Amino acid sequence: MGAVSAIFAAGFFQNGSVHAALLAGAVAALVTGAVGTFTVLRGQSFAGHATGEVAATGGSAAMLGGLNPLWGYLGIAVIVAGAIEALGVQRPRARDLATGLVLGAGLGIAGLLLYLDTTGTSTSGAAVTVLFGSLFAVTRSALPGMVALGGVSLALVVLTYRLQLLTALSPDLAAARGVPVRLVSLAYLLSLAVAVSLAAETVGAVLATALLIGPPATALRLTKRPGLAVLGSGLIGVAAAWAGTVLAYDSYYWPPAGRSWPPSFLIVAVVFGLYLGSGAVQRVRGRRRAPLAPGAVPAATA
Amino acid sequence: MSALVPSDGAATLDGEAPATLEVSGVTVSVSGREVLRDVSFRLAPGQLTALIGSNGAGKTTLFRVILGLQAPTAGTILVDGHPRARRNPMIGYVPQRVFLDPDMPLRARDVVSLGLDGHRLGLGLRRHADQRRRVEEMLGAVDALRFADSRVGNLSGGEQQRVLIAHALVSRPRLLILDEPLANLDLRAEREVVDLLGRITRDQGISVLISAHDMNPLLPVMHRLVYLARGRAATGTVEEVVRPEVLSDLYGQHVDVLRVHDRILVVAGADERLPAGLRHAGSAAGAAPHTERWEP
Amino acid sequence: MASLFTGFMTDTWVAATMVAVVAGVVGFFVVLRGSSFVAHAIPHGSFGGAAGAALLVGVDGTILGISGTIAGLFVFAVAGALGIGWLGRRGRHDVATALSLVMMLGLGFLFLSWSGQYADALYSLLFGEVFGIPASDLLPMAVLGLLCVVGIASLFRPLMLSSVLPEVGEARGVRAGWVETGFLMVVALATTMTVPVVGVLLMFSLMLGPAAASRSVTSNPRAALAMSVGIAVLTVWIGIVLSYASNWPLGFFVGVSGAVWFVAGRAWAWRRRIRGVPLAA
Repeated sequence: MGAVSAIFAAGFFQNGSVHAALLAGAVAALVTGAVGTFTVLRGQSFAGHATGEVAATGGSAAMLGGLNPLWGYLGIAVIVAGAIEALGVQRPRARDLATGLVLGAGLGIAGLLLYLDTTGTSTSGAAVTVLFGSLFAVTRSALPGMVALGGVSLALVVLTYRLQLLTALSPDLAAARGVPVRLVSLAYLLSLAVAVSLAAETVGAVLATALLIGPPATALRLTKRPGLAVLGSGLIGVAAAWAGTVLAYDSYYWPPAGRSWPPSFLIVAVVFGLYLGSGAVQRVRGRRRAPLAPGAVPAATA
Repeated sequence: MSALVPSDGAATLDGEAPATLEVSGVTVSVSGREVLRDVSFRLAPGQLTALIGSNGAGKTTLFRVILGLQAPTAGTILVDGHPRARRNPMIGYVPQRVFLDPDMPLRARDVVSLGLDGHRLGLGLRRHADQRRRVEEMLGAVDALRFADSRVGNLSGGEQQRVLIAHALVSRPRLLILDEPLANLDLRAEREVVDLLGRITRDQGISVLISAHDMNPLLPVMHRLVYLARGRAATGTVEEVVRPEVLSDLYGQHVDVLRVHDRILVVAGADERLPAGLRHAGSAAGAAPHTERWEP
Repeated sequence: MASLFTGFMTDTWVAATMVAVVAGVVGFFVVLRGSSFVAHAIPHGSFGGAAGAALLVGVDGTILGISGTIAGLFVFAVAGALGIGWLGRRGRHDVATALSLVMMLGLGFLFLSWSGQYADALYSLLFGEVFGIPASDLLPMAVLGLLCVVGIASLFRPLMLSSVLPEVGEARGVRAGWVETGFLMVVALATTMTVPVVGVLLMFSLMLGPAAASRSVTSNPRAALAMSVGIAVLTVWIGIVLSYASNWPLGFFVGVSGAVWFVAGRAWAWRRRIRGVPLAA
């Protein structure tokens, strides 16, 4: 009991906003982790990040209209993901460039909206909430919508799992085997848009990338089996989200005293730590398997 | 090494011009596996040598060792009489499978001049007249003047290959190394590049070493070949090396050599597993089930 | 409009022009090397440093005589560049970039929440504050800008070679790892000087848009570099005038114009193609 109370500060399990935070964090992390596996396999971290960040535009627009930012995130995320896909650029360098410019335009508009938002209604916390999230402010009324959206997104990924995998590994190979590549990509992008919106609601539009990329990258380092990676990545995400929430609740007593640490930061820190840890595990395993002299490995071009 | 496998001993080239490249007894091990075993050969100026072997036979590893990017486990390599080193100005190099981005603002001319001073610091705005003349001269030598000011990413595969050859030659190397320059070229472009390589070898008096998985396109221009299989090499003229007894020894199984019209086919011989195994030289690794495959 | 060119506005013009020149020069190689994500991540993450400095010495404080914001940006930008380089050698480059980015941003948010100085300071950091550049910042900005331009000018040919033919570069002693690290450091320096003006969110737009447009117009690398600088300067000048007139943030104009330049460049290239005119030398 002593150990438990050392980890979970008094009132943790009685607090309503903690319940909401734990549930919202779990849903967001599970969906984002599963979908993010394909983002990492496709090598589209930047596009995933851009989708989340431009979603800030929608979030701020929704706040300007007095709506829950979630719907704003979702609307814009769908548009951005669609725009990046519609540009249809396949070469990685050119795709990153197109992504960057879509992102730039979206952020410019977000800046304008936030500017109008802050000067018009003097809700000065808007920028902070939209960009960095406020997990403990997630209301119970938002939860059913989040769970439903997350369920749809997860179902999309699970139903098209094998098609997604083949398309991520080689679009040409998938097309040759009769996979409707564009349709599969569309399903991926829709679930990405939902996942990123959920993550934006919990850790903020800017930090959504942490949940989207961190757990999948960690899982992919630990297992070679793609199915296990999808599952593991979801679970790692949930673990990170919950650990961050618990730490944030505890942090009220940490220095510099008087104010809790933001859960968004703690979640990101846990995700980052897990990624570094998985790298160490991978290196130890690699050393055990094949004793390689440093520098003996030829370059990838060999 | 078996007596059947010809190899350039010191006696072979005695009394001739000094070798531009001398590879003696080179062995390379990666993770305890021998990728190259006791490989020896010499290249004389004005000779075109083909390095023939299937994917994974160790061609790229051999090139990396010659370029000084990888250290051999044993053996020595002399380039123009000097020990090999990184940043060797004596070697011009055309890597395999170069992707030139069509979005990149870069003319054929710029690629060639990067061969002259691409490793130097600074903008390179004030080129000497003789440097500009040298670039112009090389563009002419590979018939690239027509598209010298075109964007290099928009050129055809054969045109890009010619520009890359000019890039490698512009710094006046003594040895030109090309890694699979004929891969992914159509028949006409292949002919053009082969003719060009033959002409360069003759006109510039340098040694040219070309890797390929198929020797046939190179037959009209090659003087000698180095045949690589299972990490071992046989060296000499086509007549000396491409014989059943030599290649069987190299592959470690019976191999037949068929001559059809002007083409040479290396096929797995009477092996119970391959009854009608008429294989092309390019798939010789498939014909030799014991061939070691090496993947980085 | 007369007041556009008087008093403190002179500093604005000088600062913005320096920023544009650096963004144009560095952006050329960002686009050439396909480093869009890195060019987004380093400025973005450097926000954490500015927030940390604000926590330590206050929004207008100084560290060793240098503006706290610039010092903080510098530390985080350099740390981010080294972190991306280090992690990128051990794993996938885009994953390394993404995670370094969110870690730095997360730290920034932590510092902000400690200092309790949210809205205004944060907002101007994110979207830039071109009209409030203190005259004392001009000298450090000029020094950093000069370092960037000299850095790119001296690395020009090795950067070209290792971007175009990395294997040949290696064989000729241009080590890809060192060139990449040097380049990331230049991006970090450029970030430090440009972010206070254009903001962390839109710095990369000013790097990408002009460079992307210029390479649709010319195939000559040096001409493309010069043109990229020209377009960046033009973008910032137009942005200042519009921002002054409308009172809207400069970042909005810079971000949108990035996409506009890109589309304009594509349209130009497309028109060339259908007319069958080869690209100018």
